[in-house]
Amino acid sequence: MNDMYLAERAVDTQARPIKFKCSDVQVWYGDKHAIKDVSVDLEDKTVTAFIGPSGCGKSTFLRCLNRMNDTIPVAKVTGRMLLDGDDIYDRRVDPVQLRARVGMVFQKPNPFPKSIYDNVAYGPKIHGLARNKAELDVVVEKALRGAALWDEVKDRLQETGTGLSGGQQQRLCIARAVATAPEVLLMDEPCSALDPIATAQVEELIDELRETFSVVIVTHSMQQAARVSQKTAFFHLGNLVEYGSTDDIFTRPQDPRTESYISGRIG
Amino acid sequence: MTDVPSNLPRPVGPGAPSAPQARSLLIADARTRRRNAAEKRFRLYGILAIAVAMLALVFLLFTILRDGSSAFVQTYAKIPMTIEASIVDPQGNRDPAQMAKVLTTSYGKILQDSLARYLDDNDIVVEGLGDKDIQGFFSAQGRADMRQAVLADPSLVGQVVEVPVLTTSRVDGMFKGRVSRESAAVDARTSVAQYDLAMALAERGDLQTRFNWDFVTGTDSSDTRPESAGLGVAIIGSFYMMLIVLVLALPIGVATSIYLEEFAPRNRLTDLIEVNISNLAAVPSIVFGILGLAAFINVMGLPRSAPIVGGLVLTLMTLPTIIISTRAALRAVPPSIRDAALGVGASRMQTVFHHVLPLAMPGILTGTIIGLAQALGETAPLMLIGMVAFVTTYPSAPPQGFFDPASALPVQVFNWTQRADPAFFERASGAIIVLLAFMLAMNLLAIYLRRRFERRW
Amino acid sequence: MPTFWIMITVLALAAAGFVVGRSQAVRAVSGNTRLLHSRPNYYGWNVALFTALPPLLLLLIWVLAQPAIVARAVEDHIPAEAIADNESRSLLMADVQRSATELGRAVSAGTLTEAEAAALTPLDKAAFDRLAKAGAKVSDTPHVLAAAQDYRSINKTAARLLTGLALALALGGMALALSRTVPEFRARNVVEQVVRGVLILCSLIAIATTVGIVLSLVFESYNFFRLYPWQDFFFGTEWTPSFGGGSKLGILPLLWGTLYISVIALLVAVPIGLFAAVYMSEYASQRVRSIVKPAIEVLAGIPTIVYGLFALVTVGPLIRDWLAMPLGLGNSASSVMTAGLVMGMMLIPFVSSLSDDIINAVPQSLRDGSLALGSTPSETIRQVVLPAALPGIVGAVLLAASRAIGETMIVVLGAGAMARISPNPFEAMTTITVKIVGQLTGDNDFASPETLVAFALGLTLFVITLGLNVFALYIVRKYREQYE
Repeated sequence: MNDMYLAERAVDTQARPIKFKCSDVQVWYGDKHAIKDVSVDLEDKTVTAFIGPSGCGKSTFLRCLNRMNDTIPVAKVTGRMLLDGDDIYDRRVDPVQLRARVGMVFQKPNPFPKSIYDNVAYGPKIHGLARNKAELDVVVEKALRGAALWDEVKDRLQETGTGLSGGQQQRLCIARAVATAPEVLLMDEPCSALDPIATAQVEELIDELRETFSVVIVTHSMQQAARVSQKTAFFHLGNLVEYGSTDDIFTRPQDPRTESYISGRIG
Repeated sequence: MTDVPSNLPRPVGPGAPSAPQARSLLIADARTRRRNAAEKRFRLYGILAIAVAMLALVFLLFTILRDGSSAFVQTYAKIPMTIEASIVDPQGNRDPAQMAKVLTTSYGKILQDSLARYLDDNDIVVEGLGDKDIQGFFSAQGRADMRQAVLADPSLVGQVVEVPVLTTSRVDGMFKGRVSRESAAVDARTSVAQYDLAMALAERGDLQTRFNWDFVTGTDSSDTRPESAGLGVAIIGSFYMMLIVLVLALPIGVATSIYLEEFAPRNRLTDLIEVNISNLAAVPSIVFGILGLAAFINVMGLPRSAPIVGGLVLTLMTLPTIIISTRAALRAVPPSIRDAALGVGASRMQTVFHHVLPLAMPGILTGTIIGLAQALGETAPLMLIGMVAFVTTYPSAPPQGFFDPASALPVQVFNWTQRADPAFFERASGAIIVLLAFMLAMNLLAIYLRRRFERRW
Repeated sequence: MPTFWIMITVLALAAAGFVVGRSQAVRAVSGNTRLLHSRPNYYGWNVALFTALPPLLLLLIWVLAQPAIVARAVEDHIPAEAIADNESRSLLMADVQRSATELGRAVSAGTLTEAEAAALTPLDKAAFDRLAKAGAKVSDTPHVLAAAQDYRSINKTAARLLTGLALALALGGMALALSRTVPEFRARNVVEQVVRGVLILCSLIAIATTVGIVLSLVFESYNFFRLYPWQDFFFGTEWTPSFGGGSKLGILPLLWGTLYISVIALLVAVPIGLFAAVYMSEYASQRVRSIVKPAIEVLAGIPTIVYGLFALVTVGPLIRDWLAMPLGLGNSASSVMTAGLVMGMMLIPFVSSLSDDIINAVPQSLRDGSLALGSTPSETIRQVVLPAALPGIVGAVLLAASRAIGETMIVVLGAGAMARISPNPFEAMTTITVKIVGQLTGDNDFASPETLVAFALGLTLFVITLGLNVFALYIVRKYREQYE
């Protein structure tokens, strides 16, 4: 546990507007009840961490937030998930439009086998966010700067993205997600495939991203959750056990299961 | 909330002013609608592509079945036949030896006379009916059959018998609807009068079709009597070749696969073998035919048109298929099995032959059967080694039969498409049905084996 | 069939060797088999292998070489004037062989005695009458009959020699192996070495086949180019073979037809096959896949002769009556279009199953990454999946092209036999493979350029397809490595 981090962040706990309002969410994979009755309100401009033992449903819930579960034929989602008041599972909602506003970064860096420039420009191109090459250049540069990658790659934008190091690749993927100007950024264990130095860089970046987006991060590492997040949700066996400010969860857990997990007895 | 056109560039990245999002998720903007329309079109192309492929398959099978199924039945005329003693037994002593001297041609007169008499007796009048039309009504094979029946049973002489007699392919076509009155008019080998005659007899029920076993078991016949052409020699030839392929390709293929998969060191020789195998799999089949002609016939002096040469060529062609599937089957056996056997002190050879090979056997057999089915349908290389020859005698039993001239099913199909008489096309399509039936049976066997012995590790 | 009986005898000896070898090993340790180096069966196998393998190898060599050797020996007995040219020599030899076989049959049927058969002359009317009565067709041309008798006696001597040699080898091998059967003998290692040798021998057949193909093509092509200038072959625009001489054998019209038909086939097969593969791997539900995939594989299993017949009987007339004639572009049922369309149909499953594999090898994470950015599935496929799979797909198309170029039956039945260079796809044209079949079917005269040109055509075909295959396999392998 890193108490120093928690102390530093004590100033930053005032309530913010709700970005995502989820109530009574259930998810089934075929017969398997993966998420049971989860209600949670995610705040804007906040880093929210989902923690819990593996298989607890935290990644599943994350993937519901931009309907990535649609790609799995057997997955079924019920309940209400409101993004700025619109139910994202409404029949009229086009997941394509939703995902433009709720971006996602994956566990393993997955740059496209294209140039660095094209990787970042891909999203803006398909969503028509730039009218010409000059505008696109601006968008790409901003996104790469936003992902703290610009200085490292500005001289080799036409080289292939798969040639970068692991940490650079993951920041490229973040830049790619940031370039479409989403409102919410979902991160599914973004550091689990990275070495400690790259992890530190990405964590620093996440803290900066909070200025612009609401960030939801799934993580295996409690230290990481404590370092980067303001709010923490603890999942266990598909249930949301406890949700509150990161401070409270780590120092004053209400539920005995939470306490067992953060003290290392389960998980 | 107001709708802002989404194609405007919006502020991007940290540091940019974060304006509140003004779009509602519930309303698709114009760009999204356009993109979704493109999505639908793209999906449609995929469905169309599959539909085209499926329709092509259905159309192909439909035409083959439509054209070929009639080859399995043949038209016979059943009218009273008077076996005139004066024709078949001129000496009048019923001596089989002397009767055997009467040639088949004479029996044609019996058939003609009987038909003419039948028409008179039943007041069937066909305009413009000449002798030639009556003569050309029965197949030459029908005469030969009649002669054989009489020689086998001399007591028939002088009797009136009512046996079905094979008609010519034209009459057969008229009865089955393949030949119309118009096409009969322009065909030198038939006439409108003959068409009318056939229709008149058909109306009285004197023409009938029977299942045509001779088509499956009989030998090929000359251009003038397509009605009696059969597939017997071709089926035996194909069967002999499959036997040779099985006996040679299976052990050699399995041995090669075992060596490459289990023993071969990584060196230049192994690489060379691997490259050779993958290239042989893609060499055009006709090149194998050239190899067969040059190596097996010209250099080794093996006979042309013989199943042994065809079998050897097909073996070389099938080997890559068998090797590739056998290696996949060997690779599918988990290494833990090998480790377990080696761990109790078995040698590598023992490990392979006692444990790995038996476990891989279903996969190997499936691959072998599929390879055999491919070999069964192969045509081009067999044409170059002389299997297009016109063969009317069955090859004898193996091993001598491997060296006798024979045909093969797909080559017989080709052979019949090259004949002048269009009646052979029906036969060709029918032969394809037989070929496809064999291949279907082999594939079903392969599927059964796969299902029956499928293992999940 | 002396070889057959030698084989049976050798195998029986091997079986006996197995029993003797095994029991000798067991006896040597008085039944306590733990004292043996290997399990007792290996001692048996050792003896059996040493008994059987040498004579069987000898038999194999003999079976392959015998006809040529004997024929050569017999040919010396035929007067030179009877074998003026190649053509009549092969016919003559066939006659000699048939007469010899018939004589043998007559002897075994009792029509003639062995001595009578050996002394038979064309003047011996009585003997020939008996032969004719028994249905034996023995030639009464003096030198053929003499050659046939030679043929029989050489064969008989050779067979006796072979039998003796094979049995000696078998017994020698057995004795050697038995003499080495002592408890310390590492029987298992020896047996495994031998088996390993056999495995390697089998693997070398692949190389031998390639070498055989190359040798037979190059050798006869060399003969062809001695008779016909290579410039005229490779750059000639006219193909008019005439067996009387004065043939023009330019490959260009055949190459044109081959490439034209292949291009049409690929234009049909690549879009359809590719879209089908994309739909199957990216959109289709499990249920649709389970029906459509086997159905497309059925297309792949249909022999090409079936497609050929389909082109000849159905597609050709359809195209002629509904396209070519109304457009005034020709009245031939066999045409480049007919063959191209049907060949395209044949290639659909080939392209689609290869592309299916390749598209499936693109990692799912790339699709997820693209979808999460808000792209539609079709955008993901066109802009991420297909570019990533492009090298593999190019390889698949090249493999399909090599198939199209080497395909024979569809063009033989669907394209026609007219060698011409014309842009009109509704005209009959011809291909390299058609002409190989045309020049090599029937009786061949291996001294005339008209026959030998088929080998030069085959060599050209082999080089083209080999180049395409090697290149395509290289690309596909590189592509696979990228995602492994």
